Amino acid sequence: MTRRTAFAGLLFVSLCLVLTFLTLPIVAIFTDTSPGDLVNSLGEQGALDALWLSLKTSLAALVIIVVAGTPAAYLLATRDFRGRSVMMTLIELPLVLPPAVAGIALLAAFGPKGIFGSALEDAGITLVLQTAGVIVALTFVAAPFYLRQAQEAFAAVDRNLLDAARTLGASEARAFGRVAIPCAGQGLTAGMALAWGRALGEFGATLMFAGSFPGITQTVPLAIFARFSTDFTSALALSAVLVIVSAALLLSVKLLGRAPFLGGGQA
Amino acid sequence: MSGLEVETKDRLRHIDLDVEFEVESGSCMAIVGPSGAGKSTVLRIIAGLRRPDPGRVAVNGLTWLDTHRGVDLLPEERACGFMFQEYALFPHMSVWRNVAFGISGPTGERRGRSLALLERFGVDDLADARPGSISGGERQRVALARALARDPRVLLLDEPLSSLDTRTRARAGRELSSALRATGVPTVVVTHDFTEATLLADEICVMDRGRIVQRGSGSMLAANPASPFVAELAGSVVLTGMARPEPPALTLVELEGGGVVHSPDAASGPVAARVFPWEISLEPPDAETHGSALNRLTVEVVSVSEVGNRVRVGLASPQPLVAEITSESRRALGLEPGVGVTAVWKATATRLLPR
Repeated sequence: MTRRTAFAGLLFVSLCLVLTFLTLPIVAIFTDTSPGDLVNSLGEQGALDALWLSLKTSLAALVIIVVAGTPAAYLLATRDFRGRSVMMTLIELPLVLPPAVAGIALLAAFGPKGIFGSALEDAGITLVLQTAGVIVALTFVAAPFYLRQAQEAFAAVDRNLLDAARTLGASEARAFGRVAIPCAGQGLTAGMALAWGRALGEFGATLMFAGSFPGITQTVPLAIFARFSTDFTSALALSAVLVIVSAALLLSVKLLGRAPFLGGGQA
Repeated sequence: MSGLEVETKDRLRHIDLDVEFEVESGSCMAIVGPSGAGKSTVLRIIAGLRRPDPGRVAVNGLTWLDTHRGVDLLPEERACGFMFQEYALFPHMSVWRNVAFGISGPTGERRGRSLALLERFGVDDLADARPGSISGGERQRVALARALARDPRVLLLDEPLSSLDTRTRARAGRELSSALRATGVPTVVVTHDFTEATLLADEICVMDRGRIVQRGSGSMLAANPASPFVAELAGSVVLTGMARPEPPALTLVELEGGGVVHSPDAASGPVAARVFPWEISLEPPDAETHGSALNRLTVEVVSVSEVGNRVRVGLASPQPLVAEITSESRRALGLEPGVGVTAVWKATATRLLPR
């Protein structure tokens, strides 16, 4: 065997190892779950509630992230100003924060005894142990995934395209909407997929900040954990459902990113 | 006045920009210079994409920018057609939507006007194609149609031909030249290619390190360059050396690296000797000295490139020079890189420029 084919073989073996290790546990969920168990677990009211809550809260968090985060990412990507790189690092900080730390941090900020606790209480807003708290926790942990990706996508848009739009009579806002967003479309949808995936799987921060009350704050990951010690089969079935739902959501977002109106299919 | 007036100073990364010029309506001016001279920045200032300090831009007597009076119109408020380098067509829109981007009104009307503009440049059959799927020459025409869609009062073109391949460039240049003359608005073209500038523009500003060093028609700049820089940019051979008078009426230049040339221009001290490539003829090295040409340099052929039926021969004396000869002469002399020849030209074809 020549050295070149030996190296190619090494690359191939590495890929096989990675692929096997990463997919085997997921495959195991499905081999351990009979289709009957899947249907039964969905029939159980608590599981359905958890699934519905997960979808509702993760979608709400995603909307908040995209609406509030897209202009911020555009600003960071297209303007050069003092403190820009510091701001980018601050935004990325939750990425490396352990979920338990994120939960404590949220409690310290928005909990009843937190810095903004009394202000929120005066305004009649309670986050802890409420569905709204789940949304806050998901937004906090998932936003950096979208912001980072969106900022990179906007930075990759040719500045001449934006300038061309301006010389053709477009205001800065119109250039943003008609040129920057479509040209960054694929990167933006990829960021949405990442953030949504992170929000769907969120566990630690939600548990600490919002608790695990069925129907109110118990999302699918929390429901799986609650069943884990008492009813392993049901936990396994719920896990299978979460895998299917997550995969379907990610796939549809990725397909959306290829849509022609978002600049998909362009070189 | 009718036309474009620009007067601006600005601090760029490595240089200070300081330019002042005006372009009459219906006339096209080229800014020529090496990259990094600040050419594109001038266009961006006119278009409002960059704010200089201080600066003044007026078009047909209307002030677009006057930093002293606090006037600074937004780019979208200036009626300015800008053709960007590489054209900057929107990749996610069809060709006609690119052109229609600058047109307001109901969709049918916008499409109609876009198609009319595309037809004017012979690319209306591409209306529904994406910019990514058409050729460079077609993209250039679409970009011109788009730049004209807003009825601009000024037309700005940044390196309009440099992203085209050499074969397309000549034809596209001729078409662009006649299209620019037909618009009737003051036009500024930025290019690093002197030949391209003479083709497209009525007048040329040579720019170097943020300043306009000479202004005039292409033939005027080539015949009377104000500096060695302009001479070289205009395509002449420039040889540097020390000049001293040689009685009765000649000047002798001792070239750096060896060799001497003569010129009737009076000069002394460091000079640049300028000669056009087509004034230089080549002879076999063993040819006897005859004729009236005083300047004879022993040189070595470095490169040979055919341009149409002419041949550009790169030579080392050891200073680099270029001779332009016919294909026939090339064959007769058997010119190949490495061959030694004698470069010959008349003293009267040699201009001396003080350095």
